[in-house]
Amino acid sequence: MLVLEQVDAHYGKSHVLHGVSIEVRAGEVVGLLGRNGVGKTTTLKAIMGMARRSAGRITFEGRDLQGVPPHGLAGLGIAWVPEERRIFRLLTVLENLRTGLDRSGITPPRREALLEKVYAYFPILRERRNQPGGTLSGGEQQMLAIARAMMLEPKIILLDEPTEGLMPRMVAQIQEIVHALHRDGVAILLVEQNVPLTLDAAERVYIMEKGAVRHHASSAELRADQRVIHEYLGV
Amino acid sequence: MDQVLVQTLHGLVNGMVLAMVASGLTLIFGIMDIVNFAHGDLLMLGAFVGASVLGMTGNYWLALLAASIAIAALGAILQITTLRPLIGRDPLTTILATFGLSLVMQKYALWQWGPSVRRISEPVPGDFTLFHIQYPWYRIATAVLAGLILAGLWLFLKYGKYGIWIRATTQDRVMAQAMGIPVPLVYTAVFAIGSAMAAASGVLFGPFAGVTQTMGFDFTLRAFIVVVVGGMGNLGGSILASIFVSLLESYAAIVVSPAQAVIVSFVVLVLTMLFRPTGLFVPTPK
Repeated sequence: MLVLEQVDAHYGKSHVLHGVSIEVRAGEVVGLLGRNGVGKTTTLKAIMGMARRSAGRITFEGRDLQGVPPHGLAGLGIAWVPEERRIFRLLTVLENLRTGLDRSGITPPRREALLEKVYAYFPILRERRNQPGGTLSGGEQQMLAIARAMMLEPKIILLDEPTEGLMPRMVAQIQEIVHALHRDGVAILLVEQNVPLTLDAAERVYIMEKGAVRHHASSAELRADQRVIHEYLGV
Repeated sequence: MDQVLVQTLHGLVNGMVLAMVASGLTLIFGIMDIVNFAHGDLLMLGAFVGASVLGMTGNYWLALLAASIAIAALGAILQITTLRPLIGRDPLTTILATFGLSLVMQKYALWQWGPSVRRISEPVPGDFTLFHIQYPWYRIATAVLAGLILAGLWLFLKYGKYGIWIRATTQDRVMAQAMGIPVPLVYTAVFAIGSAMAAASGVLFGPFAGVTQTMGFDFTLRAFIVVVVGGMGNLGGSILASIFVSLLESYAAIVVSPAQAVIVSFVVLVLTMLFRPTGLFVPTPK
């Protein structure tokens, strides 16, 4: 469904990605592991059209994303949950969700159903719905970022380090929502540093180093043979 | 004492008109990070269009509406043709571009309508007696109408779908795009709304002092002052600052001549820049 072929990307003046090839099939959860600064986030930004691409092709459901404007990706079914969460801090929780809900072709009952769905997953967001997003705790902001992406009814979510800096209880909740999205048939490209969580959630894992994919295996293989993990991640 | 009350009323009325001008400027600054030096000239063109429509139809309210719509369309065209291509460049290029637009619009007005002052007659006739002076009802009506327009703008920004798009884009353009908000269109719409607000202020203010092709710069300057004093890009702050500065000027006019009283706003500007550069009416940033 989402295919990156030999992608080279630049961030500012630095050449960050070197021939990255990744594929995510419909409904599949794929992990992207690697240490800090190896280009995981840039890979997601390249998909979102935010990093300058000098070579390679990115296609979604067979369509080249080259000519698609940045605001056109949501309509195709690609949602982004950035590492920094990027909550609209002065907008209330509900208004944050509305940025994804106020689109054409969505009926009022469908809107209600979507809101009810995320409120069921994250009851705290219902409680805080009239509170500015900036006043939420880090974990709550992460939930809001994921909930906001879900408002787009995406086919794939690009999830960037969702558990970074969260306490264990929150991590468990995020893990649960990843499973729930997977059950609903939403594909996920999961960027993480948390190896156990990634191996648990993803079917396949790509491991990156220095801006390139070094290893690609199923989670089962990696669980059975931890040497690769040691080699590239040092854990 | 009487004089203080009269000047308070005067300051409030001027403050409301200034708030309308400044709200357009601050909205554009907030979302696009550009200071639009052509803002006052959009106001001036709006006043001329209003005066012309009034001359043809005799209907002031129609003139107000027509000027707002015409200048909104002009603003949208200007944004698409001159400012959109400059997005992402050095802000200085944008400032120079709006400065250029300002000159073009002034010369156009001179060519089209000539150098003489146009009158816009007051749509609400009559005066009322306030202590020793006759105060025109029209000034009160202007302040009320400006207040209603600003309230409408606020409601639109607070609850409207497109209002939320505008606020989301103001806070995080990249994330707004990722949520599917068509940011280039939002930019153009905001510029059009700001232009319409300027044009409406021009028609509202027209009966006070007449319409000339050089009236714009003064408004740009005054609006710029209150936008800085109120906190760049902060709508509520700009409105409060407009009223605050206008009241100060009014009170100063009791002691010195009105022409000298204008100095007060510059003093406020300098003091704000020195001691509270983020604006008077915003919480201290952490």
